Amino acid sequence: MDVQALLSFLVGVVVSGLVLGFVYAIIALGYTMVYGVLQLINFAHSEVFITGAVVGFEVFRVLATAPINGYLKLIIALLSAMIISGLLNVLIERLAYRPLRNAPRLVPLITAIGVSLILQDLLRILEGFQGRFDLTYTLPQGFSNTFCGSTSSCAAFGSFLSGIGVQLQIKEVILVVVAVLMLALLNYIVNYTRMGRAIRAVAQDRVTAGLMGIDSNRMISLTFLIGGALGGVSGVLFGLKFGTINAYSGFDPGIVAFTAAVLGGIGSIPGAVLGGLVLGVIQNLIGVTNILGSLLGIANLQSIDASYQRIGAFILLVVILIVKPTGLLGRSNTEKV
Amino acid sequence: MSAPTSVRPPDRTALLLTIAAVTSLLMLVSQHSEWLAALPAGLQNILGNSLVRSLVLTLFLANLLFAYRWRAQTWAKLLIGTVCLLLILPWAGRDNSAVFDLAIQIGIFAALSLGLNIVVGLAGLLDLGYIAFFAVGAYVWSIVGSGQLSKILTYYGANSGGAGTGSLLLGLLITLATAASLLWIRRQKGARTRLASFSFALAAFGLVAGLVLVARSIMVLAAPQAAALSSGINGNFFWLFLALAVLAAAIVGILIGLPVLRLKGDYLAIITLGLGEVIRVLANNLTLYTNGSQGITPIGSAPVPWLDAIAAQLGFSEDQYNLLFLYLLVLVLIGIIIMVNIRLDRSRIGRAWIAIREDEVAAQAMGVPLVRTKLIAFATGASFAGAMGMIFAAKQTFVSPESFILNESIGVLSMVILGGMGSIPGVILGAAVVTILKLSVLPSLGEITATLNLPQQVNPNQLQRLIFGTILVLMMLFRPEGLLPSRRQAMVLHEGEEDNAPSASSIGADSERDATAEPYSAGEATRKDDERTGGER
Amino acid sequence: MKKSGLITLAMVSALSMGSAFAQQTIKIATLTPLSGGQSDLGTQIQNGARLAVNEYKARFAKLGFNLQLVGYDDQADPATGTANARKIAADRSILAVVGTLNSGVAIPASQALAPSRVAMISPANTANSVTDRGLKNMNRIVARDDAQGPAGAQFIINTLKAKKVYVLDDKTAYGEGLASEVDKALKAKGIQVVGREGTEEKSDFSAIISKIQLLKPDAIYFGGIYNQVGVFAKQLREKGVNAPLIGGDGYDSSELLTIAGEGAKGIYFTTVAAPIEALPAAKTFSANYQKTFKKPAQGFGAFGYDAAKVALQGILDAIKTNKNKMPSRAQVETAIRKVKATGLLSGNVEFNSVGDRKAAKMYIMSVGDNLKFKLAETIDVKAPRQ
Repeated sequence: MDVQALLSFLVGVVVSGLVLGFVYAIIALGYTMVYGVLQLINFAHSEVFITGAVVGFEVFRVLATAPINGYLKLIIALLSAMIISGLLNVLIERLAYRPLRNAPRLVPLITAIGVSLILQDLLRILEGFQGRFDLTYTLPQGFSNTFCGSTSSCAAFGSFLSGIGVQLQIKEVILVVVAVLMLALLNYIVNYTRMGRAIRAVAQDRVTAGLMGIDSNRMISLTFLIGGALGGVSGVLFGLKFGTINAYSGFDPGIVAFTAAVLGGIGSIPGAVLGGLVLGVIQNLIGVTNILGSLLGIANLQSIDASYQRIGAFILLVVILIVKPTGLLGRSNTEKV
Repeated sequence: MSAPTSVRPPDRTALLLTIAAVTSLLMLVSQHSEWLAALPAGLQNILGNSLVRSLVLTLFLANLLFAYRWRAQTWAKLLIGTVCLLLILPWAGRDNSAVFDLAIQIGIFAALSLGLNIVVGLAGLLDLGYIAFFAVGAYVWSIVGSGQLSKILTYYGANSGGAGTGSLLLGLLITLATAASLLWIRRQKGARTRLASFSFALAAFGLVAGLVLVARSIMVLAAPQAAALSSGINGNFFWLFLALAVLAAAIVGILIGLPVLRLKGDYLAIITLGLGEVIRVLANNLTLYTNGSQGITPIGSAPVPWLDAIAAQLGFSEDQYNLLFLYLLVLVLIGIIIMVNIRLDRSRIGRAWIAIREDEVAAQAMGVPLVRTKLIAFATGASFAGAMGMIFAAKQTFVSPESFILNESIGVLSMVILGGMGSIPGVILGAAVVTILKLSVLPSLGEITATLNLPQQVNPNQLQRLIFGTILVLMMLFRPEGLLPSRRQAMVLHEGEEDNAPSASSIGADSERDATAEPYSAGEATRKDDERTGGER
Repeated sequence: MKKSGLITLAMVSALSMGSAFAQQTIKIATLTPLSGGQSDLGTQIQNGARLAVNEYKARFAKLGFNLQLVGYDDQADPATGTANARKIAADRSILAVVGTLNSGVAIPASQALAPSRVAMISPANTANSVTDRGLKNMNRIVARDDAQGPAGAQFIINTLKAKKVYVLDDKTAYGEGLASEVDKALKAKGIQVVGREGTEEKSDFSAIISKIQLLKPDAIYFGGIYNQVGVFAKQLREKGVNAPLIGGDGYDSSELLTIAGEGAKGIYFTTVAAPIEALPAAKTFSANYQKTFKKPAQGFGAFGYDAAKVALQGILDAIKTNKNKMPSRAQVETAIRKVKATGLLSGNVEFNSVGDRKAAKMYIMSVGDNLKFKLAETIDVKAPRQ
């Protein structure tokens, strides 16, 4: 094995890890926003996000033969998923979390697990009536092609990429671009608008924010709307990248994304992004540990294969939390007593 | 629930006995095929219907609840409890082993719920990976109680890696030396220096290495025994391993707890979820020890010749001996677990748990050692699960990682929630209700609706997630203290409600308090308002 | 053979007309996952069995029996499976069980059913230990891992001429069992297995695909179920890996083609179910299935149908030996073990002493350029013991 091949292999692994990381990052944002405001792990977010994926599937299915540009279809899918997932999240908050605003911490957490289970079954039933269980995305033409493939106008750049071991598809580039746009938009809303300031105020201290004339209930609803909309986007992107979803496929990535949020420092937007990216890369690196082990001649690593990918993330989480309990970018805030 | 009144409820001894007699009779008839056949056709169809059967079974078990809840003569309560559990149920089980299976399963889940109740209900630590301890118990016995042990020994015999008596001695030496230095470092007074922490970590590592070396050497030395153990070790060791399973689960509880228990509640939830998965994935991957996804079978059970002889006399069939034994064992273990729970609930440590649940910071300020107290909760809860895991393995005679998925943890959690966090009778009731729903009522409903040409996806049996999710949500929204609340929890959760919304249940709880007039523990004294966050130390 | 059987049946039924006034109920049960992630597969088996029962209803009615199907849910969970097996044991009118989907459930469930001698016919369990325990009541109509695995390996070596193979599995009893057998068979023939691992991941396979790109195997074996393999195949092809992908009967579903799309090209799988075009009966079956359940018939539906048919023929045999009276469970158990079932979608079924199919044709299916399954090769396999 020559050094060059090994290097381009590693670059390829890291880049595909980063793409995966963007999916986690944008899901993680949904968790982190809600957590920042209510200190609640919104377990139902994984179903909110998969609802977005289902909406995206339906849009692509309905528009499959429509004579419009593929990117327009994508935008319609993203927008409808944002609206429906956002509203669903608001509804969940109204019905299941708001009545428990003043209950002990454990209570809404358990409700959230319950809502998650309910939504899984509801999605299964709804899709079951259509006679389908595994939904397979029918993507617009060309989305699965290689980014800057040999026939496109940027073929030179494409050959540079493949030279260093990077192999991207157009849909993966779309994914990263949409995710980055969403992150920028969210960052702008939270940090540079009145609304964002109000949300931050509620997150900081609900009572005082109320005294300052901020309707905290409205702001919390708004947070759930934004979080749900992000979930919708991530659902469509998830479906775009992996192609197949069902009612239960949100749960696993949901857990990993929450892990990413905690890893980055929960409540922190850049933290969620960083956590997602780190986790994506690390998961992929764990997946190739056995190869690295055999290339480097370390026998003990050879039994660590793809089946350890997920638990690798959890073990990493434990380590990070022991060393730095606030996560990578989280600020340590003194507990209010 | 009890009526909203402070008048003492009337004595219902007679009613209780009548109901018990009627349901017992119904239960026996409905499970006994010959008696059933002797009935007139109409009645036969009704009682033979699987839904009616499971409802009768539910009613029958409800007797025990009535006996517990209603005001009646103590002798009647005891009589009903004994007769139902020791006579009627095994009798029905003789006619239909499904009843035994269900009863054992209820017992297992009741014990699991009691264990989780300590962790979640008393100490307020949301553990979403609780089933992992159950898995540990199950694997401890299934590895030694089946041919798996001889496979492991054969492997070590072939791959000794130079281990032997010498390495055993070396391993023991290292273990002792590092253990001693660990103790010595801990004893040192004064501020923790970097050097001290470093040497502590080093010694801990050495301890683990020493233990691994010892274990490996023992395996290698025992390798020649492999052939003799091809069907597992002698069943009489069941009792020894019952103790070991409890111990192993408790140790795993401590090992998992040590790093994570300094974290806040929500972090704890997600990490326990993750570590629960870690244990399952390890069980799936460590093929040498667990046979991986293929699972371990057949797994032996304890031989109890005298019980078998009695069972034979009583007309049990041979395959039911083991079920009968496990049923009785579960009853005994639950009895022990309940005793332990009651003792703990009223003890110093129980009050410390509640103090931590209500306000960690305040509890710490009052001198409760946080991590140690939480670790005890974790280990106690885990040890119950370990014992039950072993019974599960012996009942199933087959163990594979699929039995320990996340949903099982959530299932146990919903039992605790439904019954009432912190309430011993509550969680037992919750376990019974959820298990009966899951294993008896829903499948029967599903069977009936299957003939109605309903769409497949709304078959009640397929709606389990929906149903359990709804249980969790509705209970939390409308009755967070559960079906049978503990007095403490009910008052805490409805505190301050009296002025605006007089709730029936809280008054009900009051009346019960009057009835028994017991002083409450100091546990609720530390309760603060809704702002509850833990320390991150 | 078939004709004479029919004539006997007709005579038998004519004789029994007199006793038809008191209709006795005979039930067969299905034990499959009807809820949870695998409910789709479990429902297919149940539907297939239902078709078989509908088909046989009239014949049983002529003999004076009311034939019914009851569906039990095992949730793909061993404990639930056992509990329901015990419930099946308690219902005396249930004479045979079609199930289960998962070997992990079949093992404890058959153990629970064994004392009451309820015969089980599995339409899906391939793990060796399912029948290796030698239970009298456990049978299966699919090939064992150690028959199917070597068949796949043989195909990889002889037809695909692969020298380097990457072996994957889904970390379930089914996939891992199968892949291990393939691994063993390949190594025995001196083929290099460049990678051997498992994954429970359902969506993201990028790490594994990177490794495959690095190691450049001539063929990839993935022991798994179509819904996972389809996603894998799609991503694999999108990354430009065109090595053939081989698997077992878990691939036998048109969903595989839907999920993998263009990526399905170059997929091969071993199965005992004959391709639908090869058997006229299969055409009627798939039309019936579509009509009754408004869904296209798929592999597991066909296996469920076959398993139920074997059970029903066994029961008919037992009725015959019992002089047209209600047979006991033990009689049905023996009759099923001795059954000579013909005209099934997967050919003829006879069981050996432990309940494995004596000899079966193993079909190797491939996905052609038109993205349809087609028959590539047939291999004769025999059960390890007769």
